[in-house]
Amino acid sequence: MKPLVSLRDVLGQRLLPILALLAILPLWELACRLFGVPDYVLPAPTAILEAFLNVDGQRWMGHLWATVRVALMGFALAILVSLPLAILMVRSVFLTRTLFPFLVVIQSTPIVAVAPLIIVILGAGDAPRTVIACLIAFFPIVVATTTGMLATPREMLELSRSLKASPAREIWQVRLPYAVPHIFSGLKVAITLAIIGAVIAEFVAAEQGLGYFVQFSTSYFRIPQAFAALFFLSAVSLLLFKAVQLVQQTFFGWSLPADDER
Amino acid sequence: MKPHVEFIEVGHCYRSRRKAPVQSLLGVNLSIARHEFVAVVGPSGCGKSTLLRLLSGLTRPTQGEVRMFGHPVREPGGEVGIVFQKPTLLPWLNVLDNVLFPLRHQGRVVGRQDRTRARELLDTVGLGDFIASRPDELSGGMQQRVGIARALLLDPEVLIMDEPFSALDALSREQMGFELLRIWGERPKTVLFITHSISEAVLLADRVLVMSPRPASIVDSLDIDLPRPRTPATIDLPAFNVHTQRIRRHIFGPPGPGESNVTAGALTESPLANTRQAADSPRPATHQAIRHAS
Repeated sequence: MKPLVSLRDVLGQRLLPILALLAILPLWELACRLFGVPDYVLPAPTAILEAFLNVDGQRWMGHLWATVRVALMGFALAILVSLPLAILMVRSVFLTRTLFPFLVVIQSTPIVAVAPLIIVILGAGDAPRTVIACLIAFFPIVVATTTGMLATPREMLELSRSLKASPAREIWQVRLPYAVPHIFSGLKVAITLAIIGAVIAEFVAAEQGLGYFVQFSTSYFRIPQAFAALFFLSAVSLLLFKAVQLVQQTFFGWSLPADDER
Repeated sequence: MKPHVEFIEVGHCYRSRRKAPVQSLLGVNLSIARHEFVAVVGPSGCGKSTLLRLLSGLTRPTQGEVRMFGHPVREPGGEVGIVFQKPTLLPWLNVLDNVLFPLRHQGRVVGRQDRTRARELLDTVGLGDFIASRPDELSGGMQQRVGIARALLLDPEVLIMDEPFSALDALSREQMGFELLRIWGERPKTVLFITHSISEAVLLADRVLVMSPRPASIVDSLDIDLPRPRTPATIDLPAFNVHTQRIRRHIFGPPGPGESNVTAGALTESPLANTRQAADSPRPATHQAIRHAS
C-alpha cells in the first residue's frame, strides 16, 4: 500500500514554502533592526504581528467577511454570466463575432477607472462592488469555457450527431463536460481576480473590508497595520484558490491528470 | 433479397473556404446484403472514412444516393452503431456509463434492463470486471472494446467500423479481430469494416472492396470464400494468400521486375516481403504478427 501522503509530497508541496517563509522572516527582522529601517518604509515582522494582534478579532472578521462576501458574490455572478455566454458563442459563429470584441473591450478597460462610475450608477451597498468583482473575473471563465468546448474532439461530436441527439444534449452531455478541465483553469484565475475586484471597489467607496482597511491604515500612517491587512488578504486569496482546487478534486477528480503524470 | 445498404453512383466533394474543392469519392456503387461482413481497403487518404460518414448520415453525398433498408440516408438516423478509429470514450463517465451513453444521450430513461444489457455486452467483450473503471485506467485495446460494446447497445442492424484496431499493438489487434468475429457470430449484423490492413480485411470479411486512390471508386470486389469460423489457421490456407495477393496488386500495382513474383506459399514464408507495403502502410507489423501467431 502506498501511503496517502508520502513524506516527499509533504516536504515538496507543503513544507518547503513554509520553510522558505520561516527562513526569510528572521532575515527581514534582522535587516529592519540592523539598518534601522523606519516603519513607514518597511515594518519589521514583529511590528506587523503586533499591529495584527492590536486590532480586535471581531473587527478583523468584519473586514474579512465584507471582502470575501463581495468577492464570492462577484465570482458567482461571473460564473452565471460566463457559462451561458460561452455556450451562446459556441453555438453561433455570428454571436462570437458580435460579442467577442465587446468582451475584449470590457476586459481591457482599466476596472479602476470604471469603478467610480459603477458606484455612482448603482449607489451604495454590495451591488456595485459585486458588479465590479464580476466585471474583472468573468473574462477568463468565458475564454476558458469557450476554448474547452470548441476543443471537443470531432469524433465525440460525431458520436453525438450519429445518435440524433439535440443540440442542447450535445452541449450538456458532451461539450460542457469536455470543457471542465479548461473551466477550472478559468475559475482559478477568476477567483483571485474577484478578490482584486472587491478590493478595488473598497478603495473607491466602502466603510468595511480588508481593502478599505489597508487604505484606512495608510491614511493614518499605521503602516504595520496596513501590512497586516495585506497579509491577511493574501492568505484569504490563497485559501479561496485552494477551495476551487478542492471542489475540482472532490467533484471532478477525473479532470485532473493522474498523480504520477503531474 | 433486397440489399441492406446501397450506394448508387455516389460521389463526394469536400469544399472548404481556403482550399480548392477535393473530389474524394466518384461513382461509387456498392450493395451490401443483410448480415454481410464487408471490409473496405484502399490507400490511405482515399476517402474510406468518407464512406463511413455517408452511410451514417453524418455527411451527405454531393452526387448519387446512399440507401439503407431501401430508404435514402440524408441525416443520422440512429440505426447504425459506429466504432471510431480512436475509442472516443467520455473520460468523465465510468465504463458502464460510457456503454449506456447512447441511451442517455437520446434522452431515454436508463432502467434496470438496460443496465443488465450493458453488463452483458461488457461481459461479451471481456470487460465484465471493469464496469466501474475510468476509461483512462484501461489499455487502448480495452478502451476500444468498450467502444464496441457501446456501439452494440442499441442493437443496431448496421455496424460501421472505421479502422477500429489501427491504434492497437499487433497482438491485441489480431485478438480483437477474432473477438469481433465471435460477437458478430452471436449477434449477426451488417458490418462495414474499414481498414488499411489487407490481411485483416481478408481474415474477417465475407467480401473485400478495394478502393482506388482519390477520387476513389471501388475497383474490385472480392468474395472471400474462406470457411467460417475463421481461426488463426485460416491464414495458412493457400486461398488466403491468393486473396491478399490480388488485393495487393490492386493497391500497389503488379510486381516489378526486381521483385519476385512470389507464389502464395513463398509470400507466407516472407511476411512483408513487399517492402512497398511496409513503406506505405502506417502499421505494417500487423500482417507479420498475424502470420507468426498462427
